[in-house]
Amino acid sequence: MSTLEIRDLHVSVDTEDGPKEILKGVTLTIRAGETHAIMGPNGSGKSTLAYSVAGHPKYQITSGTVTLDGQDVLAMSVDERARAGLFLAMQYPVEVPGVSVSNFLRTAKTAVSGEAPKLRTWIKDVNTAMDRVKMERSFAQRNVNEGFSGGEKKRHEIVQLELIDPAIAVLDETDSGLDIDALRIVSAGVNRFKENGDKGVLLITHYTRILRYIVPDFVHVFVDGRIAEEGGSELAEKLEAEGYAAYVDAPAGAQA
Amino acid sequence: MILYVTVTETPNVAGAVETADVASHLHPVGSFDVAAHPIPSGREEIWRFTPLKRLRALHGDAVLQPGSALFRWNTPEGVRAEIVDGAEAREVRGVSGLVPNTRYAARVLAEAPTTLLVDVPADVEVGEPILVDLTGRDATTAEAVDVVLRFGRHSRAVVVLNHTGSATMAQVVEVSVDDGAEVSVVSLQDWADDAVHLSHVEAAVGRDASYKHVAISFGGDVVRMDSNVHYRGPGGSAELFGLYFADAGQHLEHRLFVDHNEPRTRSNVVYKGALQGDGAHTVWVGNVLIRKAAEGIETYEQNRNLVLTDGCRADSVPNLEIETGEIEGAGHASTTGRFDDEQLFYLQSRGVPEDEARRLVVHGFFNDIVRKIGVPALEERLMAAVESELAKNVTAEVVR
Ligand SMILES: Nc1ncnc2c1ncn2[C@@H]1O[C@H](COP(=O)(O)OP(=O)(O)OP(=O)(O)O)[C@@H](O)[C@H]1O
Ligand SMILES: [Mg+2]
Repeated sequence: MSTLEIRDLHVSVDTEDGPKEILKGVTLTIRAGETHAIMGPNGSGKSTLAYSVAGHPKYQITSGTVTLDGQDVLAMSVDERARAGLFLAMQYPVEVPGVSVSNFLRTAKTAVSGEAPKLRTWIKDVNTAMDRVKMERSFAQRNVNEGFSGGEKKRHEIVQLELIDPAIAVLDETDSGLDIDALRIVSAGVNRFKENGDKGVLLITHYTRILRYIVPDFVHVFVDGRIAEEGGSELAEKLEAEGYAAYVDAPAGAQA
Repeated sequence: MILYVTVTETPNVAGAVETADVASHLHPVGSFDVAAHPIPSGREEIWRFTPLKRLRALHGDAVLQPGSALFRWNTPEGVRAEIVDGAEAREVRGVSGLVPNTRYAARVLAEAPTTLLVDVPADVEVGEPILVDLTGRDATTAEAVDVVLRFGRHSRAVVVLNHTGSATMAQVVEVSVDDGAEVSVVSLQDWADDAVHLSHVEAAVGRDASYKHVAISFGGDVVRMDSNVHYRGPGGSAELFGLYFADAGQHLEHRLFVDHNEPRTRSNVVYKGALQGDGAHTVWVGNVLIRKAAEGIETYEQNRNLVLTDGCRADSVPNLEIETGEIEGAGHASTTGRFDDEQLFYLQSRGVPEDEARRLVVHGFFNDIVRKIGVPALEERLMAAVESELAKNVTAEVVR
């Protein structure tokens, strides 16, 4: 049972003209068993939030707190956060030349669980995870994400999600670039992960389509570095119909 | 003993020049006569990157003494490997068609007291690598080492020259690959920190033969290796691979020259290097010449450098000189990049600690080249060597 608490988070990035504030006070609590969806226009800061929680060095936290079960996440290194139970499925998964998927998965699993997985069951687990997202087993011999299509990279993220089995998963546009069948396959993967125990999920998306497969308990509208409105899954339907105009045109700080 | 080599006509090199531009710096005229090679000043194109002051006069007039280096080798069935001198040494020197273009190479041919000769007769397939250990025991005296590797028609063999210990060594390695032979020569420079090593490797590749040369340099204060190839007939193929890892203060220089002097010959060059620590310096110069006669050839060369810390310098100079338009393909690529933080972040975000993530990325960088070596026994040793190089750096500041 885990709780991720983000309190009044302010985040900047370094630009040529000095620091630029991207997140302007984000407060969000994700409890075990809950699925949260974040929707918002391009450039509003959704990925920034995801990366900041994961600890990407590009983002400077200027104020606010992030805790996982009361532990200070911001004080942890990137790998410590992962070992504490946080997982980020990235919008743009990174290619790592010369490192095979199979080696990568085993190294990650070993790091997170603190011991090397038993060889026999491990190979079976990897094969099962790959079969489930319809990733050819031959991908295990390929280099991490190298030459993968957009959709293949996303499936690979889900394979990792299933094998690493974190407490809280942040999925940044995992549905983008997926064909109709792949969307169903990936959604099923996320739902399996959720059923695996009390998991928290933060789903960043542009499309309500995925929310038909992965039903959110909460929907947050993200605009200009803040959460502009919160509601249940019905809010997603409203956004689909009306877009973000109401939020973008409204004066800053006009919250629901 | 002092050995005199008579200058003979060398049709492979000089005779094949069909254009007027013999002045091209890619194919300077060589000579066996030591006096014909003035002591380099450092301003010469071929010496401009090399720290001459650290060579202990090996490029000039260092007194070459009977060697400190200990030679040990195995002789798999069908192979003859021995130290020869006198008339026999005289006879095998120059077998590759080498005409020295440096003073040190001319001096090695003239002054090395003996020659290590490895002979693989025609049609012999050697089942295991021929391992030659050259163990230096004294860096305070300079020595000349001459090696001749002769591979008969349709023979198949792998030779590993393993350089370890302390030495100040000028070396010539001649490789003669007869028609249809398939040959690999791996040269490992795993020297102690004080070693200085100048080495000229000259290979003549016969008709439809394939030759692979792998230069692997980890140790030594200054290592400079010239790996050269020319062809004796059409259809020959050369693969020149390299892997190097330079630490603080080290100078590792790899030069190569592929002389496409015959039609339908191929060459593929891949050198990869990592650098870390203050004053780590690597140099790669890839010279490829496609002569007018060399129609239908294919060549590709690439050099990739991974800079792990501040204070390093990687020079990378591909040169492609084309004298005929009738080629299948020719290209080159050179990249020198800093450690990729995004890769590090991705691995760390999966729980992998930073030092291990860093190791994975560097392993990954070298992985393809290690696999290309094709000597399984060496692969593990190389990865272990990369590992121990990386371990040296745990406390050094890393590039952000
Ligand atoms: N180095 C930088 N310099 C200037 N602006 C930056 C820099 N890095 C990020 N930004 C800006 O930060 C804002 C937030 O980016 P972020 O990737 O978080 O958006 P997003 O909500 O995930 O968008 P999308 O829906 O397109 O994925 C963008 O406007 C982006 O241009
Ligand atoms: Mg984004």
